[in-house]
This record gives sequence, C-alpha cells and structure tokens, in this order.
Amino acid sequence: MEEATKQEQFHDEQIIIPPMTETEIKHKKRSTEKTKDHKYIELDKVLERYRGQKGELIRVLHSAQKIFGYLPQEVQAYVALKMDIPVSEVNGVVTFYTLFVTEPKGKHSVNVCMGTACYVKGASEIIDKLKEELKLDAQETSTDGLFTVRSTRCIGACGMAPVMTVDEEVHGRLNPADLTGILKKYQEQDAGEKYEHDQVN
Amino acid sequence: MPIVPEFTPTPEIKKPGNLFEHDEIKMKTVKLTIDGREVKAPEGTSILEASRSVGIEIPSLCYLKGINEIGSCRVCLVEVEIKGVRTLQASCVYPVFEGLTVYTNSPRARRVRRTMVELLLSDHHRECTTCVRNLNCELQNVADDLGIRNIKYTGEMNDIPIFNDNPFIIRDYNKCIKCRRCEAICSKVQEVNVYSGLGRGFEMKVAPAFMQDLSKVACITCGQCVIACPTGSLVEKECIESVWEALEDKDKYVVVQTAPSIQVTLGESFGYPVGTIVTGKLVAALRRLGFDQVFATDFSADLTIMEEANELLERLDGHGKLPLLSSCSPGWVKFCEHFYPEFIENLSSCKSPHEMFGALTKTYFAEKQGLDPEKIVVVAIMPCTAKKFEAARPEFGTKHYKDVDWVLTTRELARMIRQAGIKFHDLPDEDYDTPLGIASGAGAIFGSTGGVIEAAVRTAYYLTTGKEMDLLDYYEFRGISGLKEMEVELKGQTIKVAIAHGTGNARRLLDRLRAGEKFHYAEIMACPGGCVGGGGQPIFGTRDHKEISLNYRHNRADALDRIDYSKELRRAHENPSVKKLYEEYLGHPLSDRARELLHTYYTPRGKLPGFELENLYGESSKYLH
Repeated sequence: MEEATKQEQFHDEQIIIPPMTETEIKHKKRSTEKTKDHKYIELDKVLERYRGQKGELIRVLHSAQKIFGYLPQEVQAYVALKMDIPVSEVNGVVTFYTLFVTEPKGKHSVNVCMGTACYVKGASEIIDKLKEELKLDAQETSTDGLFTVRSTRCIGACGMAPVMTVDEEVHGRLNPADLTGILKKYQEQDAGEKYEHDQVN
Repeated sequence: MPIVPEFTPTPEIKKPGNLFEHDEIKMKTVKLTIDGREVKAPEGTSILEASRSVGIEIPSLCYLKGINEIGSCRVCLVEVEIKGVRTLQASCVYPVFEGLTVYTNSPRARRVRRTMVELLLSDHHRECTTCVRNLNCELQNVADDLGIRNIKYTGEMNDIPIFNDNPFIIRDYNKCIKCRRCEAICSKVQEVNVYSGLGRGFEMKVAPAFMQDLSKVACITCGQCVIACPTGSLVEKECIESVWEALEDKDKYVVVQTAPSIQVTLGESFGYPVGTIVTGKLVAALRRLGFDQVFATDFSADLTIMEEANELLERLDGHGKLPLLSSCSPGWVKFCEHFYPEFIENLSSCKSPHEMFGALTKTYFAEKQGLDPEKIVVVAIMPCTAKKFEAARPEFGTKHYKDVDWVLTTRELARMIRQAGIKFHDLPDEDYDTPLGIASGAGAIFGSTGGVIEAAVRTAYYLTTGKEMDLLDYYEFRGISGLKEMEVELKGQTIKVAIAHGTGNARRLLDRLRAGEKFHYAEIMACPGGCVGGGGQPIFGTRDHKEISLNYRHNRADALDRIDYSKELRRAHENPSVKKLYEEYLGHPLSDRARELLHTYYTPRGKLPGFELENLYGESSKYLH
C-alpha cells in the first residue's frame, strides 16, 4: 500500500511532455513553410471581399476550392470561423453540392457522363473499366495522383454516347477497350515530371 | 408530507403554451371543410393544426409546432380539393384559407401515408424489442396507427456503426428517419448548431460537422435533441447496469441523491398527470431498489445558495467580476466555455448542487459515519444528460474518487423501477433520510427557471439586513418569458438581475453584456424552462402525448412551486442541516474548506474544438490590415 503511494507520488513529480498532436505538427510545419501559408492569405482576401454579406458562402467556398484545390476540414472550419457561420452548416453545404470536393483531386479530372443516353450505351461499363485500370475502389483519385474519376449528369453530347471528358477534352463513342490507350496518352504526357499531390500541408 | 393528488387514469393536460413567445397577431378567421365538417380556423394556420383543434388526428413525425415545420417526412399527407381538383399536400405546412376542402381520411390519403411510413421503415433498423424507446416511440405508434403489417420495399439499408464515444448521448444513424427535429431544436431553440444535414439523397445524415462524435464538437450536452427525437436514434447513455452492480456489491455503500425536479416528473413515466408531486413514492422506490441512503439534492441546492449568495455579496463589494453568472447548469457552463469564454470569470465558482453533494458525501458524511470514502458510491438522479458529462469532468473529485460516480436520468430511474418489479402506484409515501435529505423550499425551486435567483435573493436579503424578506414580492422571478430582467434592493443599492433559460436566450443576454450593458447577477439555465424541461426528463412518444415534453414545463414548474409553498422552511439559510454543516465542518460560507470542496474552475474550449484555428486566424489576419 505504502509503496503504491510512493510510486504514485513519483509519477506525479515526473514532467511528462506529451508527443505533439497531428494538428500541432501540421501547424508547426505551416509556420515554417511560408509558401504554404500564402493560400490562407489568398483566402483572407476573398473573405474580406465578402465580409458582412449574407448568402455568399457558396461563392467563398468556390474560391477556397480554387485556392486549395479541394476543401479539407481545416479550410471548412476556417471559413466557418471567419464568416461566423456554424461549421456544421458549412460542412452541410460542402457535402451537398457535388462540385465541392473534400479530397485532393488528381491532375486530370475524368468525368464519365451518366445521362440517360450514355447510361443506355454502357457508361457504367466505362466506369468499371476505368476503376479497374486505375485500381480505384472507394476512392476517386488514383494513387499516383494523376486521375480523378467521377460521374456527371448529362453533358449534352448524347449523339456521341457514351461520352467521357478528360479535363476539357471530350472522348465519344467509347468502348471499354479504348480506355487503356486514352489513359496512356496522358500518362506519357506527364512522364518525367513526377506529379505531386496538391496538398495544403 | 408532500401532497400527492389521487391518481386519475385519464390525465387531463392543460393546453401547452407556445414555445416561442411571439406576439399574438389577431388573424382573420376563415371557414373550411375538413372531412365534410365545417371548421373555423385563423387564416394561415396549417391544416394539421386546424384538424387537431376539432379532434381529427392526422399522423405526423417531423412536425414540431413552432420549431420544425418543414413538411419533410410526408406522413401527414392529406387530399386538398381546389376547384374540383384533388392534390396531395403535407398538412403540417399547408395554410388554410376560405372555402378550402380537405379530406384527411380518403382511401388515397390513407394509402399514401402508409406508403410513406413503409418507406421510412424500409431503411430503419427495426429492433423494437431491444430499443430504448420501445413502446414510447412515435414511429412505432404511427406504424401501428396506420396498420402496417408488412413492408413491401426491400432495398438498400444503411448500416452505420453506433456513435457512443462520450459519456452522455448515443447516436444510432440506423434508426434516424431524417426528420431533422434534433437539428431544429439545436439551432433554433438552443442556438448551438451542432447538427446539419450532411450529404444528399439516401446518403444524407443529420449529423455534427464531418460526422464527428458529439464529444468532438462544440456540443453542450443538454440533451434537447434526445427529447426531440421521435425514435431511438438519439438516446442518453445508460448506466443502469453499473448502478445495479454497485447495489449488489456488499463492500459498497451506495448513496443516492435526487434533483429537485425529479419529484415532479418521475410520476409521468408511470401514467400520473403532468405536474404530479410524487416525492414520497420516489423515496420509497429508491429504498426498495436497495440504496443505503436516500438524500435530496435540494439540500445541497440550499448549500449552493449559501455559497452563491455570499459570493454575490463579495462581488458587490468589489471582489471579483460582475455580473455574477450562475453555474449550476452544466449545459450552460459548457456553452459559456465554448462560445463566450470572456465570461468564464463571471461564472460563479460554485460547483453545481449535485457535485457539491458528492464532494460532501465523500468527506463530511463519510467522516460522520466512519466510512471509507472510496467505498461510497454516489448515484445522482438528474433531469439532465449534461450532468453525465459534468460528473466525468476531471476537476470534480480527487485523485482517488469522483465526487459523483453515476448519473441516472429520470427516464433511467423509471426503467430501473420497472426492472425491479416495483409497483409505483402502490408505494407508500416515505421521507428522505437525514441529515442530507433536509431541504428548504428554496432548494426545490432550483428546478425551474428563476428559482436560483429567487432563492439566492431570499438569502442575500437576510444576510444583509438580518430580516426575512416578504416572499410575495418576488413572484415576478417566475413565469415563462425566455429572458427576464428586474431590479432588486440589496445592501442599499439597486441591483439589476436577469434570468435566461434556453441557451438561445442566453446568447441574447450575453450579447447585451458584450455590448456593455450592466447587470449585477444573472441566472442562466441551458434547457428551456430550467431543469423541468431538461434533456433527461420523461419523453412523450405515446399517442396521448404528442407534444415534446418541454411544452409541459409550466405544469412541472407549478408543481415545484407547490412544494415550495407547502414547506415550512422556505429559505436556504434556515435549513438546520446546512447550519449544522457549517458549524461542524465548513466553518462559514466561502471558508478555505468550503472553497476546496464546493468550488471549482472552468476552461475555455473554443468554438471549434479540434482545430487550432485561433493561431492561424491571428497569423494570417495580420496581413489584412
């Protein structure tokens, strides 16, 4: 009994420095990396422009996504704090609109049309093949950070169904077999310049 | 002896007051036809309200009068006929007008309602027999009313792990019907804004930001969402089993305390009318459950008053910040820590009554009885989920024990009584044990809004003048207005006091303080109505009680006032047990020992816990100027 108390006292006297939490590490990193912080300065400019105006959340988030490439939790929380909007509401808006993404996007965005015509002409097979080629399961972005695959509503090119776009380029009358070739074109384009994820931290 | 009116099997309930005290606007009355009957109703009221006013019941789920009128669940669909054309409309959001014809009971209306409920049930984990809300669930009742015997729809079903990483509230998304009542009460009444609809379509969830657990966000743990939930999707974290274990353990000495409001709400769980005082039966039931001592938190409420009244006088003398803000509602304290950290120094340093009680039981009472404090288990019966959080705060207790070991809500106690097979109606009336069961009427009214201030003023008046004040003067403290202010003569000066209940009203008061308005003393309760409207109180999910329980808080508060009137002791400083405690143990209010045992401190928690944005905010905001 006595020993136990002694041990406890000893334990109390020890100065324990807890390991840095993830956020602390991130923060430390950020304050040393001036180049990363400039994104928040950019965002501040946007927030300043819309300060005190109601109903501008979507616009601010849109700009934030342009600055950061995507909307990580921290950016959402930051916008909430600065605009004095509950963070739950901000997160609600971000998760409601498909144009907002919460994961870093790949260099090329691949959009497969899921409109009625494309769907009938086998768009889901295109998506399946893309997922297989790029080894995607639940995630949308390939591990090399090159492609983000998503489905979209009708893009108005029904005559060319099934259709997919890679960035601004439209590929029509697709066959799952064509995909390897198309992807290869972009992969070769980027060979040599190893693409890094566009990350905040 | 407490007054217990005779049990009447068909309770008559007063028409509940409107939750929002907006000005009554005189509106034009219109005539409409509902199911062939001519009905008069003010223009603009919903079909649902107009129908219910003449005794025609339309099922509803997402509708909460004045709080959530969004027409999202479609369970209240009726047929509306305009110029010979019949359409289906959600009756809860469809305003009545002159000449409108409504069919609430047409075959088509019945059929579509059934379809709506079947669709809700097709994505609902139907584990009714093991659900906390079994037999007290609005969804279950609606399904039964509509006679649903099988569900045609088999399709995808959500299967999400249960969120229970906290000591107060469990969230089961698989039972959520997306009515958004929790969100509405949290953002419109409490103005804490924890919940929001995340995602869209089938995937949508009414959840805290980023689907985090409630312990990770700025949730004040008040439990109003639990009361508002029509199903078992939001429930308090039960600790009934742990209490049973303690009661079984021969080595443990189990002491129970009951919050003032429990004596006027527990009866509801056993079919008594709202506002029935069941103090005697409550005590008897607890004895039969096997508790070694049955005490009243009202006693430590008296003690809180002694400490807080003295603290007020001290601050009026210039020691400490004004206004003094009451600190007995843990939901409000957490609210202050998250959203108004600049007022932390204004909070009374007094622990809340049940924590004071716990601290004294394990010191004073243990010494008196010659018991080892580590063998004493303190169980608190509270109207509150926030008390569960409070009891788990590390600053309440010593290295060896917690001040309060287990907190049970009123609902959990009712469940324990049923589990033990105790027939509540047949129990005799018994009295609390001494010495920690003796309380004044001042302690009892702690349970409703305005009570703390009234009790404190009664005592502060005596402490400064040596005279008892005329109690009749202070009725204005009571009543239902969300934010009240008044002036009281104390120490030859006029002090301004304010009373707010519901954290939405607290926001209004604190914003005024921020703007520089001067007050001396304010009582703030997290829940609308104070503890009688607490998040741990009985829930009305049955057919007869469609309103959420906070609409009944006035009846409950009236009952507490009746307890106060019926007591001979009506002022905290008259309580003989409190006097003795100061003589034998504490010395005097605010003595060193009292400060050690009965007082505490608070910590700022930030609006967005988990994000270190304040630094970032400061760092980059300097580029702005």
